[in-house]
Amino acid sequence: MAKLTRRSFAALALAAGMAGGAANAADVEVRMYFPVAVGGPVTKIIDDYAAAFEKENPGIKIKPIYAGDYQQTVAKVLTAVKGGDTPETAILLAADLFLLTDEDVVTPIEDFVKTPEDKAWLATFYPAFLENAKIGGKTYAIPFQRSTPVLYWNKDAFKAAGLDPNKGPANWAEMRDMAKKLTKKDGSGAVSQWGIQIPSDGNTAWLFTGITTGNGARLTNADGNKVSFDDPKVIEAVQAWYDLSKVDGTQPSGLISWGATPRDFIEGKAAMIWHTTGNLTNIKSNAKFDFGVGFLPGMKQNGAPTGGGNFYVFKGVPQAKQEAAFKFIKWMTTPERAADWSVKTGYVATSPNAYDTPAMKAYTDGFPQAIVARDQLKYAVSELTTHENQRVTKVFNDSLQAAMTGARPADAALKDAQREAERILKDFK
Amino acid sequence: MSALGRGRGAALAGEALETAAAWLLGVLWLLPLLFAIWTAFHPSAYVAHFSPFAPLTLQNFVAAWNAAPFARYFLNTTMLVTGVLAAQFVLCTLAAFAFARFEFRGRDTLFMLILVQLMVAPDILLLENYLTIKAIGLVDTVPAIALPYLASAFGIFLLRQTFKAIPKDFEEAARVEGCSTLGVLWRVYIPLGKPVYLAYGLVLVSFHWNNFVWPLIITNSVETRPLTVGLSIFASPDQGIDWAIICAATLMTSGPLLVAFLLFQRQFVQSFLRTGIR
Amino acid sequence: MTGIRNTVHAWLLVLPACVLLATFTHIPIVTTFIQSLYSTAKPRRPARFVGLENYEAMLADPIFWKSLWNNLIYAGVSVPISVALAIVMALFVNGKLRGRGFLRLAYFTPTVLPMIAVANIWLFFYNPQYGLVDQFLKPFGISGVNWLGSQDTALWCLIVVAIWKEAGFFMIFYLAALQQISPDLREAASIEGAGRWTFFWRVTFPLLMPTTLFVLVNAVINAFRLVDHIFVMTAGGPDNATSVLLFQIYIVGFKFFDQAYAATLTIVLLALLALLAIGQFLLADKRVHYQ
Repeated sequence: MAKLTRRSFAALALAAGMAGGAANAADVEVRMYFPVAVGGPVTKIIDDYAAAFEKENPGIKIKPIYAGDYQQTVAKVLTAVKGGDTPETAILLAADLFLLTDEDVVTPIEDFVKTPEDKAWLATFYPAFLENAKIGGKTYAIPFQRSTPVLYWNKDAFKAAGLDPNKGPANWAEMRDMAKKLTKKDGSGAVSQWGIQIPSDGNTAWLFTGITTGNGARLTNADGNKVSFDDPKVIEAVQAWYDLSKVDGTQPSGLISWGATPRDFIEGKAAMIWHTTGNLTNIKSNAKFDFGVGFLPGMKQNGAPTGGGNFYVFKGVPQAKQEAAFKFIKWMTTPERAADWSVKTGYVATSPNAYDTPAMKAYTDGFPQAIVARDQLKYAVSELTTHENQRVTKVFNDSLQAAMTGARPADAALKDAQREAERILKDFK
Repeated sequence: MSALGRGRGAALAGEALETAAAWLLGVLWLLPLLFAIWTAFHPSAYVAHFSPFAPLTLQNFVAAWNAAPFARYFLNTTMLVTGVLAAQFVLCTLAAFAFARFEFRGRDTLFMLILVQLMVAPDILLLENYLTIKAIGLVDTVPAIALPYLASAFGIFLLRQTFKAIPKDFEEAARVEGCSTLGVLWRVYIPLGKPVYLAYGLVLVSFHWNNFVWPLIITNSVETRPLTVGLSIFASPDQGIDWAIICAATLMTSGPLLVAFLLFQRQFVQSFLRTGIR
Repeated sequence: MTGIRNTVHAWLLVLPACVLLATFTHIPIVTTFIQSLYSTAKPRRPARFVGLENYEAMLADPIFWKSLWNNLIYAGVSVPISVALAIVMALFVNGKLRGRGFLRLAYFTPTVLPMIAVANIWLFFYNPQYGLVDQFLKPFGISGVNWLGSQDTALWCLIVVAIWKEAGFFMIFYLAALQQISPDLREAASIEGAGRWTFFWRVTFPLLMPTTLFVLVNAVINAFRLVDHIFVMTAGGPDNATSVLLFQIYIVGFKFFDQAYAATLTIVLLALLALLAIGQFLLADKRVHYQ
């Protein structure tokens, strides 16, 4: 027995010695939770960034933790925080802003912004991306993997329908007209090519925010405690969307699948689609026809939602670690990195400077469609972001789906959604 | 004579009809797998265009393999399945033996209590089970995925039936030869229950290989995630679905199970026939 | 081998299994109930006892009613059809049919394939424009139906997938039972001039009763447990038309982080399962009881 104990002790000491040898005691470890939301070897890109950063910044170790999709990642982070195992930083949905501040787990970025250089850096991001990063003048998040939807059109189909293949629809009315010309039926009367597809399953609210913004409506206030789902302009927007199917017959009826729509476009079954810019590379490499990319056509003006994830810095970890995390975030969002990340993944680069880098210029010269998303950003607004965001968004999605499937009239569905959302938000006034 | 001939004719026609119906059903049932095989081996452009002359490719498998750490997911699933299998065999055998061959106070009440789990599968209690696992600090570990399933009412019930069907003489003969209680279990009951173990084992493996909701909740990282959860993350990216790659991934992940079933098909069905579950 | 020593031995044998079952089944049932009587803890508002408030909120929640109703339809349709198909399949492959081995394999493959992956393939089948279902129905003048995107059809599409997934698994149990029916019975019946149809209903089906009970228990549980494909195919939409109880529990518990309400919904699901268990118990022949 005594022998055994002594041996275990020796083993322990050895293990401790080895651990000491591997990591420098002075190293600051920054743990970053990271959601994998796009296909492709994203984790490898992030690992490479982390290694490059560590090389330039001895003394800081970056430990990325790949935690699944956004939903799982935020659950994991909140669990870790409650268990006293708070990470230094994480990339989480921009729309989780109020969830994280209500849980009181994140800290304003301004705490670390000290030099004029830092201040200049904070001012470089597109304002559309900062919209749901700020509360009361404080910035709680730094844009990183961000996206926005655009309209894709099939140039061959345009030609066949006698339309100018180089000009997409400039507004909603034009899109309606074009869609009518682009909808083709076969001998039996079945539609063989739809004019337009705006996906409506899953998170219906995201693309819908593009329609409401284009109709001059705002869905939420900046404090995230008030929604205007029953605004006449919002009801009008749902009606217009529904009419594409019901009145014009240029869009399939019922909910349109987000996942299948890119394939529908590639197969030539849909002549125009709304989808994320993240699809550019996919469509480019799979479509057998030339295609155009344009702004979302608005009913009154241009407008689009933003989506995707931001960096957050967490409370309750030593300041030295927070500072290290901040340093890493700054490094990750430099124009060069932002350009590289955008080219490799299809996300929109988060600051105008990124588009001036040689790497980005070379990319957009060869592929001008990639620039459209950037230009649309000046019309973009944040996606639906409120307190109890998941709940409020689901209420809204349900009502939109009821309206889009024709189960309920738009105004009745949205009025109910408004009442329900107000009930959920009453504690946050 | 002619009546007999007509009867035979009708029987033959009936048989042909039955065969046709059985095959139609069989093809319908196989369709998703056939589609997956076809799609996985052809370029993505042919997903919606069936053509016997479409070029063959392995590119989808390469792309799927590179898109997610499937090697690690395989390892996790293998660890999970072997762990559950071993634990269930041991725990359920011991309990079933006690229920089948011991008279003891509280036996029947206890057995009824155990049968509750037949109706209340661990999946239904996912919220409380999550809190339990969190309380013992095992969230995001492979044992955490396995724990709620280690003891199974189904297994205990099944093995108890099997053991009860074994004649007592066998046991007494072994005892005369000086076997202890556990020795009897090991020498007599388990060998005689072999077909049941095989059938039960295969059902168990295919259940846990494919289980999704509980692992989805309890795992968060590459190091613990089983194939199904890995597949679900990889299959629904923001950019929409690429069926060619998903089909390749589906074949890759269910391949081992499909091959195992193909190889053991005869034994599997045979042993099911001998389990006496009826 | 009697008396106290015997009891101690027996308890030692059952103890490990019992501890685990209690930890992950029996105790959670109790704690779920307790949790359903409290409010969900919030950062600035700890959990407090609210009595039946969660239940009142649930009764006023249309999504709960919709999920419950959907689940009853889902179970009520998929269970009888998959069990009936399982019997038909077993009869097919129990006979002297050409390609019997292959058919057994074909019927059983859905059991081996992971639902989460296969759901993606079904998603493709249901595509309104180039999906296989559309291609099949085109000659019959049915085309362009948005199967998963319409409230009238989405739930039925999921039921079809569930039947496909389950029938082959249950077939194995029926096959095992059929093989134990003595061929003499068949001979005797044919001498008496009984047709196949009569023979099935008079002899085979009653003999299969114990299997049917066993299969029914499993089928019913699965109808409340199997929600994998909902995640992939509809996410509960359109407007909760395909939401079922367990899916709703997941949404409330793990997306809204509202543990109290998720516990309340779990209690309803447990009560429903208990009711079904008692029903099956009473319906079953005494002989069939697990003795």
